[in-house]
Amino acid sequence: MNAIADFFHIGGYGFYVWGSYGVTALFIAIEIYLVVRAKHTVTKRLARLSRLNNKVS
Amino acid sequence: MGFKNSIIWMYFSSPRNFYPLAGKLIPWFAGLAAIFAIVGLYISFFVAPPVLSDQKEYYVIIFIHVAAAWMSMFIYVVMSVYAFIGLVWNIKMSEMMATALAPTGAMFTFLALWTGALWGRPSWGTYWVWDARLTSELILLFLYIGFMSLQSAIDDPRRAARASGLLAIVGVINIPIIYFSVRWWNTLHQGFSVTPTQTKQLVDPAIFWGMIIVALACWMYTIAVVLARVRTEILERERQTSWVQGLVGGQK
Amino acid sequence: MSEGSLLFAWRSMLVRDVMLAMRRKADVLTTLFFFLIVVSLFPLGVGPELETLRQIAPGVIWVAALLAAMLSLGRLFSDDYDDGTLEQMLLLPHSLSMMVLSKVFAHWLLSGLPLVVFSPLLGMQLGLNGDAIILLMITLALGTPALSLIGAVGAGLTLGVRGGGVLVSLLVLPLYIPILIFGAGAVESAASGLGADAHLSILGAFFIGALVVTPLSTAAALRISLD
Repeated sequence: MNAIADFFHIGGYGFYVWGSYGVTALFIAIEIYLVVRAKHTVTKRLARLSRLNNKVS
Repeated sequence: MGFKNSIIWMYFSSPRNFYPLAGKLIPWFAGLAAIFAIVGLYISFFVAPPVLSDQKEYYVIIFIHVAAAWMSMFIYVVMSVYAFIGLVWNIKMSEMMATALAPTGAMFTFLALWTGALWGRPSWGTYWVWDARLTSELILLFLYIGFMSLQSAIDDPRRAARASGLLAIVGVINIPIIYFSVRWWNTLHQGFSVTPTQTKQLVDPAIFWGMIIVALACWMYTIAVVLARVRTEILERERQTSWVQGLVGGQK
Repeated sequence: MSEGSLLFAWRSMLVRDVMLAMRRKADVLTTLFFFLIVVSLFPLGVGPELETLRQIAPGVIWVAALLAAMLSLGRLFSDDYDDGTLEQMLLLPHSLSMMVLSKVFAHWLLSGLPLVVFSPLLGMQLGLNGDAIILLMITLALGTPALSLIGAVGAGLTLGVRGGGVLVSLLVLPLYIPILIFGAGAVESAASGLGADAHLSILGAFFIGALVVTPLSTAAALRISLD
């Protein structure tokens, strides 16, 4: 238990180290989310457009 | 051999053929990124020595900081090479790759600045110094932002890609000039002479390999996420073609 | 000089641009007054101590010159773009880069040169001595043409784009940084007794480099924008 606490404490520099790695992880997560969402919305929009086109023609 | 290669390149420079290839490659690069990240972080936190001469435990930030700084510069160069190929040989796929690389490059530039600030606070006692490298990195971020702003301000995707491509090429010519000017400016003002003692740190193989493997993880991640982004870009720009119509029409 | 020659076309373009601007003096004066007002704001913000002002003077005047040069970039091609002159320019039998150079030269005459001429006034306002003022004028004379040249690329890229005026600053200001560093640095360096020769040589090198590279890039940018 103590070992784990020590690990997160990092000799009193936990704020800096976890601030760096945490923000990096957060940004990567956000980027992945945005890319996946963009793919989703574009596919949906194009599908709707193509359905519309089919109806018209 | 050369002929066969060029046939393959030509085949995949068509968005229609590249789209499924990118789809197949993404899981592989994502998987490699995850493996490299786990191995690299294990080395950084558990194998590498916890304290480095004058640098205390906080120096572990170096692994992500150096990787992000490398990525920020590499991505800009790769981006402008793609932009150049796209402009000169009129290859649409190349333009789209340049477009897709920019947000990830900007992210790594920001992370390099952010982790640098959090490293600078305990080691130099301040979050920000007008050091030559930090300043150049900040300017690089501005260049990325300019590229993306120009891209999004122009409605016609073809013109947007070509205009921002030209901007990327002008930027990449300027980067050495900017770096050299900022170095000169920095020495003139006799600013902080603190630079991370690189040579000493590279002596320890665990630190060296930690940096290399974390950087590899970032590379693999970049490739995966850029391929994913370029797929969306292909769908947007090729939406009039029958193959995209068939693709999106099929999966309602 | 025959009417079809490049030199004739080049000169006609220059004369036309200057004449058009002279008919609407407000544009030229706005840039100049902007420059004067921005610099005059600094003492109000920083405080009237001449010692402080003298120290920041080169930097302040250079930053103001950068902003003033950028402010006028929007008009470099936009009028010609709106009325179709630019498309006619593309049809000329001469190289587009040479025509661009003529327009940029006109732009510098109308927006850069006035800054050089009026900079001594601002130098005195901020407490610079005679030598420093002359040096400042030389750096501005070498640096502002480079600003116009580099800015032209940004102006070409943002032609007819929404919010082009703000966008052009985002694209061009990072590229101006080296000129700012050596322009303002020359005066500081001379003040600290190190001499300004190196700075002036580098500024000159930037100018010549920009003279070679940017007309080509601007022409490429215009072709993309008019495609």
